[in-house]
Amino acid sequence: MPSVTSPPGLRKALHRGQAEECSFRVDQGMLSFAQIAGPSPDHQGEHHGVVWGTAVIGATITQKILAAHAEEGSAPPGAIITVRPDIVMLNDVSGPLAFEQFEAMGVAHPFDPDRIMLVADHFAPAPNVAAAGAIALTRDFARRHGIARHYDPGRGGIEHALLAELGLIGHGGIVFGADSHTCTAGAFNALGIGFGSTDLAAAMATGRLWMRVPDSIRVELTGRPGPFVTGKDVILELIRRIGSDGAAEAALEFGGPGVAALAMDERMAVANMAVEAGADMCVFEGDAGSAIDMARRGMAAAAAIAPDAGATYRDRLAIDLAALSPMVARPPSPANGVPVGALRGQRVDQVYIGNCANGTMTDLRQAAEMLRGRRIAEGVRLVVVPATQAIWRQAMAEGLLEVIAAAGGAVSTPTCGACFGGHMGILAAGETAIATTNRNYRGRMGHPDSQVFLANAWVAAAAAVRGEILPPGELDSMAPESAA
Amino acid sequence: MNLQIQGRVHRLGDEVNTDVILPGRYLALRRPEELGRHCLEGIDPGFAARIQPGDILTAGRNFGCGSSREHAVIALKAAGIAALVVHSAARIFFRNAINLGLPVILCPEAAAALREGSLASVTLPGPWVAQDGQRWPGAPLGAEVEAILAAGGLVPRVRQSLAAPIQIPAKDLPAHG
Ligand code: SF4
Repeated sequence: MPSVTSPPGLRKALHRGQAEECSFRVDQGMLSFAQIAGPSPDHQGEHHGVVWGTAVIGATITQKILAAHAEEGSAPPGAIITVRPDIVMLNDVSGPLAFEQFEAMGVAHPFDPDRIMLVADHFAPAPNVAAAGAIALTRDFARRHGIARHYDPGRGGIEHALLAELGLIGHGGIVFGADSHTCTAGAFNALGIGFGSTDLAAAMATGRLWMRVPDSIRVELTGRPGPFVTGKDVILELIRRIGSDGAAEAALEFGGPGVAALAMDERMAVANMAVEAGADMCVFEGDAGSAIDMARRGMAAAAAIAPDAGATYRDRLAIDLAALSPMVARPPSPANGVPVGALRGQRVDQVYIGNCANGTMTDLRQAAEMLRGRRIAEGVRLVVVPATQAIWRQAMAEGLLEVIAAAGGAVSTPTCGACFGGHMGILAAGETAIATTNRNYRGRMGHPDSQVFLANAWVAAAAAVRGEILPPGELDSMAPESAA
Repeated sequence: MNLQIQGRVHRLGDEVNTDVILPGRYLALRRPEELGRHCLEGIDPGFAARIQPGDILTAGRNFGCGSSREHAVIALKAAGIAALVVHSAARIFFRNAINLGLPVILCPEAAAALREGSLASVTLPGPWVAQDGQRWPGAPLGAEVEAILAAGGLVPRVRQSLAAPIQIPAKDLPAHG
């Protein structure tokens, strides 16, 4: 019975004269595999039948994409590998710390200025002198090292939405980001891997980082979502089920017939919160939708990376989109999801529609549809933050910003803003918000004694109109007040 | 590397996220002494003032989950925390701590047993955690993490590796064709 091994194991076997037969193959310049006819003393039984990289035998999407970027040429789960990303991304919070560390590493220039992206998004436009200083450092670093992909307010937006919009991530790609929500890139059949500043300083210096290959967890999506159910509800349901560390040391892999029922914006909302389940990374299967999206963003066509039939998963879960209702996560954890009806009557002081994954055209259209011809409730503030400048302009062209403003909402320039409690709508002691953001930890949006409920844009906009949480269908069935 | 830390234990619960370790409104700050003052302010504004240099922080599941902000590690170190003993830690936080030379020992038994306010020790290699004559082994750190800690963090580690790139003997390179 032939056994299989990774190239390093094969190398050792060849040295010892134990391999009787071997072959390597390179597929699309990325995949390699080896087979030996003799026993494999180094890896006996260890790899659960996974062979690196070919469509022949058992690799997950994550293992394939990592293998294609690994110096070792293979990525069995649990292995320590060295990965070369296609692009690295930093922002005005993680960047300044990374720039200091980069200088301290004694490297004159980054590995490849064309593969670095710097985005002023967290504190942009600057709310105070300290933030202005951080943004200035980001601008200086870009200028000093000839980094053309540098985005200030008015030209960019929130990094994860911007990365996709600019056509910098697609099928099979890898982005390293100094931000935990870099996992958003998983929507595009790519891997987005979050790191801290010092790791990304090393990535800028050397073009690579070590990492442990995660296990994979397969999430099979079926059915079509009903009214007012979105990608946000899919991920809030998943985190509710597996908990905030349920996917620790694993990659979440979304596939199945239900994927086609989720628009790319909705897939971003799902992928964005993979880290809230503790996942190392996440990835969607590609399909016609993701291929068309790549073409629309001006990217060259590349085949989607699919899992092999015999791929091994740590766990398998199934979510029937048709069975979901809109979900709301109670503070202080994204894992506290309940169907929206369970929170009927919960008062809110502020409604926040925005963030890297839920400030998309899809979200803004949903919010505007809810608000059209209506006014937000007395005593409630509505803050709407399109994720990027292009989305802001498109929403203006479609008249959505006018609808939101006419309803009494404040529309902001793209920024992370209050999502992380930075500026543009932070909460006072005792206040409650409902937000389309991804974290509702204690004090996340302002004072430690404020609270945040997480929901999709339909639910958030409906709460703005009523001043309290309610199933959006109930508001929708009521005639709008006399149109403005 | 050889490391012996002895300090007083401060206990926290599960799911201590980086937002409560260092709240977002302070993210434009970068100087350690400024960040250290706000350490764990999101849970307990008096926390930083109670820490003595060399103290040990112990906590439950998923320590450091959430944001990738390295400011959280800088704040813990600047406040005086010399080692963490936790049930489990979020991946990015763990890497950030190691990269800045702050040891994080994954050891559910010790994390459950260490008593607030009394002395404990953390020893490398091992890793070992000990208190009151009891001793628990932590999860092995692995060669790469040990190498980073031994170098004193990722910055010196990268400096070393750039000064002496690792040479792979030609005979060990995979054959292509
Ligand atoms: S919008 Fe919020 S979650 Fe997204 S990158 Fe900005 S701060 Fe992070």
